[in-house]
Amino acid sequence: MLNATDRKLLLEIADLHSIPQGAFNIRKDGQGVARNTTANIDIVTKEDKPGIDVLIRPGTKGESVHIPVILSQGLSDLVYNTFEVGEEADVLIVAGCGIHNPGSRKAQHDGIHEFFVRKGAKMKYVEKHYGEGKGSGERVLNPKTIIEVEENGVAELEMIQIRGVDKTKRDTEVRLHKNARLVVTERLLTTSRQEAESNITVKLLGEDSTAQIISRSVAQDESRQIFHLNLHGYAKCRGHIQCDSIIMQQAKVSSIPEIAAYHSDAELIHEAAIGKINSEQLLKLMTLGLTEEEAEETILQGFLK
Amino acid sequence: MLELKNINVTAQNGDNRIQILKNINLRLEEKKIYVMTGPNGGGKSSIAKTIMGIYRPDSGKIILDGEDITDKSITERARMGIGYAFQQPPRFKGLQVKELLSLAANGENITGEPCDLLYDVGLCTQDYLDREVNTSLSGGELKRIEIATLLARKLRVAVFDEPEAGIDLWSFQKLTETFERIHENSDTTLVIISHQERIVRLAHQVIVVSDGTISEITSQEKILADVKQFDSDCRCRRDCLKEELASAECDR
Repeated sequence: MLNATDRKLLLEIADLHSIPQGAFNIRKDGQGVARNTTANIDIVTKEDKPGIDVLIRPGTKGESVHIPVILSQGLSDLVYNTFEVGEEADVLIVAGCGIHNPGSRKAQHDGIHEFFVRKGAKMKYVEKHYGEGKGSGERVLNPKTIIEVEENGVAELEMIQIRGVDKTKRDTEVRLHKNARLVVTERLLTTSRQEAESNITVKLLGEDSTAQIISRSVAQDESRQIFHLNLHGYAKCRGHIQCDSIIMQQAKVSSIPEIAAYHSDAELIHEAAIGKINSEQLLKLMTLGLTEEEAEETILQGFLK
Repeated sequence: MLELKNINVTAQNGDNRIQILKNINLRLEEKKIYVMTGPNGGGKSSIAKTIMGIYRPDSGKIILDGEDITDKSITERARMGIGYAFQQPPRFKGLQVKELLSLAANGENITGEPCDLLYDVGLCTQDYLDREVNTSLSGGELKRIEIATLLARKLRVAVFDEPEAGIDLWSFQKLTETFERIHENSDTTLVIISHQERIVRLAHQVIVVSDGTISEITSQEKILADVKQFDSDCRCRRDCLKEELASAECDR
C-alpha cells in the first residue's frame, strides 16, 4: 500500500516514520488508503464531495490527528476537509502534502480546509508542503484554510514550504471572536522559477482578540513570492504582522500589507522587510572558518527555523 | 610571528578613493599582548580588518609564521588561526548562542565548555545558551558573546576590537582576568583595541595609531603617564590622547 517513496514523503511532510499513533487518514493519489479513529476523534468520509469530516469531541486533550496527502503521479486532486474541534479540547492536527512527480504531467493538490475551534479549545495546526521528482511535470499546491475561533479559543498555525513546489497559492482566512488568540508562523523557501503567493486575512471580531503573524521567507534564483498579509480589527483587539524576506539572485518579492481598524481601540502593527543577507553576518561566520556558501546556508537555516 | 609589511589600504568614498592605512609596518610576537589605541577614525579597526582579511591591501604583505597570507581569504585565515572579535557584532535571527559557539569551536560539542566560555565573559550559561543571537540581546550581552566566540577557538592571533564597549564594571574585571588567563595558558598573540587604562595595563607594547599610520610603538608606562598628564589638563577623560590635546574639544 505504501512504498518507500511514499514513506519518504510522509517523513518529509508529517515527520512520520511509519503509520502514526492516534487518529489519521492517509490519502494517496486521490484515494483514502488508511484510516484510524479513536474514542475521541472520528473521521467520516464526506458524501457530497471528496474529503473528510474530522470530529474531535469536547474536552479531548493531548491527542493528534494526521491527515497527510501523497501524490505519486501527475494528476489533479481536489479535496474538502472539515474539522470540528470541540469545546475545551486541546489537539495537534498535522496536515501536509508531498508530491513525487516522476513524469511530465502536472501534479496538483487543492485542499480546502475548514476549521471550527469551539469555545475554549486549543488547536495547533501544522501544514508542510514538499515536492520532489525529476520529471518535468509541475508540482502545484493550492491550500485554502478557513478558521473560525470561538470565545477563548486558541489557534496556532505552522505553515511550511521549503523548496520543491513549483507553484503555490495559499489562502488563509481567520475569524477571531471574543478573547480568541491566533499565532501564525509561515516559512517559505522558493528556488529556480517557482512561484508562491500567500494571502492571509484575519478578522478580529471579538473584544480582546489577538493575532500574531510571523512570516519569514527566502527567495532564490528566479523565483517569485507575493504576500498579502491583512489584519482587520472590528473591536478592542491587538494584532501584529512581521513579514521578513531574504532576496537572492534574480528573485522577486512583493509584500503588500493591509491593516484596517474599524474600532478606535484596535491596535494593529505591520512590520515588513525585504533585503539581501546581511553582509556583516556572512563576514562574521567566515571569520569563524566557514566558507561563504556554508555561512549563507547557516544564516538561511536559522532564519527559516 | 605575524608581520605587516608596507601595508596600504584604500576605500571608496563616494567618487573618490581615500587612503585609510598608509605604509603600516608591524611585527607581532608570539605570546605577547598588544594594545592598539589612538583617536577614533585613526585606523585601528582597519588594521584589525586587514589582518583578518576583511580589508584587502592595495600593496604590502602580510606574513604569518613565515608564510605569505596576503592573498588568503577570510575563511583560510580563520582556519590558520586568526580570529577577530567585531566592534559591532551582527545579530542573527534564529541562531542560538550555543550554535554560534559551536560553529566557532569548529562543530565540537561545547555543552561542557561553554559554561566556562560564557562565565569568562560574565554571562550566566543557563540563561543564555538557548537564547537566539537576535535583537532580544542587549548590546553588552551581544558584545560578550562575540568575545566568547574567540575564546572558543585555539588561535595564533586574536584581535579584539574595543571589547570593553558596553560591558559593565563587574564583567570588565572578569574580562581583564580572561585576557590574562589566555596569555598564561596559550601562545596566542593578543591584539586588543582599547582606550581603557586597565586594558592598557595588560600590554607588553602599546601601538598608537592615528591618521592611518602607526605614530608610535611604546610602553604602557609611557602611554599612561601621557594620559595622566592629559587628564590633569582636561576634564574629558574619554578616548583622549595627548597628541590631540591642542585641538581636543570636550563634548561635555
